[in-house]
Amino acid sequence: MGDGPPTLWEWIARNWDTGRVGSIRDLLGDHLLMSLVPIVLGLVLALPLGLASVRWRWLYQPTAGVFNVIYALPSLPLFMLLISVTGLSPMTVIIPLTFYAMAVLIPAVVDGIGSVPAHVRQSAVAMGFTPLRRLVQVELPIAAPVVIAGLRVVAVSSISLVSVGALIGQGGLGMLFTRAYQNPFLPPVVVGIVLIVVLALVADGLLLLAQRLLTPWVRARGAS
Amino acid sequence: MNWLIDFFGDPARWSGPDGIPARLLEHLEFSALALVLAMLIAVPLGLLIGHTGRGGVLVVVTANLARALPTLGLLVLFVLLLGTASIWPVIIPLVLLAVPPILVNTFEGIRGVDPDLRDAAYGMGLRGGQVLGRVLVPVALPLILLGLRLSAIQVVATTTVAAYTGLGGLGRFVIDGFATKDYASVVGGSVLIVLFALVVQIAFTFAQRVTVSPGVSQRLKIR
Repeated sequence: MGDGPPTLWEWIARNWDTGRVGSIRDLLGDHLLMSLVPIVLGLVLALPLGLASVRWRWLYQPTAGVFNVIYALPSLPLFMLLISVTGLSPMTVIIPLTFYAMAVLIPAVVDGIGSVPAHVRQSAVAMGFTPLRRLVQVELPIAAPVVIAGLRVVAVSSISLVSVGALIGQGGLGMLFTRAYQNPFLPPVVVGIVLIVVLALVADGLLLLAQRLLTPWVRARGAS
Repeated sequence: MNWLIDFFGDPARWSGPDGIPARLLEHLEFSALALVLAMLIAVPLGLLIGHTGRGGVLVVVTANLARALPTLGLLVLFVLLLGTASIWPVIIPLVLLAVPPILVNTFEGIRGVDPDLRDAAYGMGLRGGQVLGRVLVPVALPLILLGLRLSAIQVVATTTVAAYTGLGGLGRFVIDGFATKDYASVVGGSVLIVLFALVVQIAFTFAQRVTVSPGVSQRLKIR
């Protein structure tokens, strides 16, 4: 201790919470915010668009087409092009990630609702369910596994994509990568990668748990 | 808009080793190299695992884990570990990130083939390899190509980011421009990358049209 570069654990202890901007804890908070907002916002926007695409079939092809194209665009140039609109702020990263999320979630909503068997829908109609109640109590619960599968993809990729924002100074934990590159030093890179992967796995696990809780019948059917 | 005119209108941008044509070619070269290497690894492995049915869970778990890996972190890690004497410290992470989408989709494609179809092929006297090559691969081709397309999208994006760690390509305009506050270069470079990504996307969509058997893609209505 004392001489030579600090070891991994020393570096973590020294930088975890410095009280200044850019401590690991600080970056972790930024990272969570910048990845959670696109996931939630993506779902909130994809649900109505997906449902509209189910209701009006002709809407689906163009919507899916547009989002397919957006999904193919690399994040870095999108961040750069957005800077002139949003300035250098977390929104610059959040907006493209929200669009990527929608590109995954709109088809998930459409497929999910499409997976509702016709006889189930007819039963709900015959029982006198209003369209809204049918949607909330019958169709959405049946669609949940497909939508959550989409959310899991979105959560994991959003969490890892936020770090590209570091190239415009808005990258959450990704800032550890640019810092480590400018001042060649391994511990920040390792810490950044590990934290991002752990964050992604935790999010994935939570969504899997949510699916178990929301759709208990799936497991019951599997057991019998 | 003025930035675009500044960027594309400047004749100096169109020549030399840091001109638009040279950077475009580099981007294509690095992306293609990474994609081809990833394909050589992932397609045979996916076919093998899908056909034998062994190790499927491992593939899916690994691929999920790989999606969580931050591109930039991996690039910086490899460059810090291996130095920048050659392009390989940058190409290796590109390949690593390109493998999972191809692997998973190839595996899922082969595994998802209707078992009746597979049985019918064996029943007609085809051997294992023939069943794979003549029946399973053509039927799974849409998914295999989807994997390739997703992977290509990923590679084009990652190659852009890799400019940060010294790789050439279109990302240079954006990253160098950002560092020197040359916004014409940033905006022009961004537009070039977006166009490049769109062309790649179109090329893959076209390839899918051409190579997938009409019977599989349902363009030919049977019955």
